[in-house]
Amino acid sequence: MLLVYCPYCEEAREEEEFTYGGEAHIKRPLSPHTLTDEEWGDYLYFRKNPRGLHHEMWFHNAGCRRYFCATRDTVTYKILETYKIGGPPKSPSIPAGADG
Amino acid sequence: MNYSLFACASLLLELVYGCTNDAFCALTDHLKMKRYSGFSLLKNALNYNENWQKVWRSPVPKEHYDVVVVGGGGHGLATAYYLAKEHGVTDIAVLEKGYLGGGNTGRNTTIIRSNYLWDEAAHLYELALKLWEGLSQDLNYNVMFSQRGVLNLGHNLQDMRDIERRVNANRLNGIDGEVVTPQQIKAIAPLINISPNCRYPILGASWQPRGGVARHDAVAWGYARAADAMGVDILQQTEVTDISIKNGVVVGVETNKGFIRAQKIACVPAGNSGVVAGMAGLRLPVESRPLQALVSEPLKPCLDTVVMSNAVHGYVSQSDKGDLVIGAGVDGYNGYGQRGSFHIIEHTLQAICELFPAFSRVRMNRQWGGIVDTCPDACPIISKTSVEGLYFNCGWGTGGFKATPGSGYVFADTVANDRAHPLAQPFSLNRFSTGALIDEHGAAGVAH
Repeated sequence: MLLVYCPYCEEAREEEEFTYGGEAHIKRPLSPHTLTDEEWGDYLYFRKNPRGLHHEMWFHNAGCRRYFCATRDTVTYKILETYKIGGPPKSPSIPAGADG
Repeated sequence: MNYSLFACASLLLELVYGCTNDAFCALTDHLKMKRYSGFSLLKNALNYNENWQKVWRSPVPKEHYDVVVVGGGGHGLATAYYLAKEHGVTDIAVLEKGYLGGGNTGRNTTIIRSNYLWDEAAHLYELALKLWEGLSQDLNYNVMFSQRGVLNLGHNLQDMRDIERRVNANRLNGIDGEVVTPQQIKAIAPLINISPNCRYPILGASWQPRGGVARHDAVAWGYARAADAMGVDILQQTEVTDISIKNGVVVGVETNKGFIRAQKIACVPAGNSGVVAGMAGLRLPVESRPLQALVSEPLKPCLDTVVMSNAVHGYVSQSDKGDLVIGAGVDGYNGYGQRGSFHIIEHTLQAICELFPAFSRVRMNRQWGGIVDTCPDACPIISKTSVEGLYFNCGWGTGGFKATPGSGYVFADTVANDRAHPLAQPFSLNRFSTGALIDEHGAAGVAH
């Protein structure tokens, strides 16, 4: 069981209170109609799947019901930090070669 | 104990079927692989079982191969086997970073069925099921394939509508299946609780009698042995660390045992497919997640079929050793840790105890996790890539074991002919830009 620190509630709570929200910091293309099918497909379906540090969203569905971001190691499952939506991660560097 | 049981099973198999595959006999004679037979069993019994031949060789890697298969699980070994058997390509190395069948092949719950909704998926899984039906004879290795039938339960009106639609679609595709009532379910699996008073009462099920289970690691060993006999080099503890590409064409793979040149590289790395694709500078629409399973202490025979439920989310069968083999869904988040979350097990066992109240006092023996690479449409990717000579077979998510022979068969054909096998065509990578997804969440929604 992971303990996840919610930056809005400012408390570490059990994993079951949260829902995973997938990769963080995805930007919706500003003008989708100008994209090729490949670019649009990439935006819709292709996600980072690193073996290592991953910036991802979590949803505190049994708490404040807000999305926030986390930097987590996908091998050890250790959560290095959580931060509010829009905030930059403190540990931004994903090791080279680990980015799937 | 297990081994002698297995040997007895082999003996029975051999007495019943004999040596029916002459071409295979000739091949194996050529490479001096001794066939398993009733006679070999007796002969080795007289020698205190000390002279059994090694099941496969442990060769030194060559500098060059026609085809390098990355990943020595069931799918990779099946790919090598069908490349050799169907396409005459025998200059193959299968690279496995751990030991054969130590990944998802040895971690799944061994359920085999082909009752998928959409034509594309149904044809692929049905090809696999047909290959399963002759696999022990084909490989001269008892994979303990047991067609004990698979029940997919429905617990509400929408479940039953989906089940009826799926069964009808299956029958139109020539796949066996019928919709059964709670009373029929009770007759098939007497311990099941069909009371209308429980939280999620059973309203019916789909029943595929040709579905069943097989011994998972025997599948890896059987394919490995048969491929090895045709000259395939199986290299365990050989980890690929980089893929070398020049002018858009593959050159070879860097491994912990040195560089290996190859004309074609067929990647079947399951949970690590994203990592391997990254070595070639490619991205894949897969996310890797832990899927866990658990087995109980051995019990007397009490469940001779496979019971699955999407709605309460669990599935259970009983192995030949007597353990209940139990599994459910993937963990909620991406991970490569090969272990699962505790609350997922709790949820799984709640479902199992609701279906089978008699199992509530059964003690669980072992629990483990495997890493599954899931696709947005719950269907695999069997595809050429933008790099010439590089092929991927991945994204099987939670349900790859059942497809092992079919996956290897169509992927071998795709690699050998450098074009998609007709059954693999819809599973190409380009479906994520054309939008022609094959949405199998309905049939694959529960992990297998």
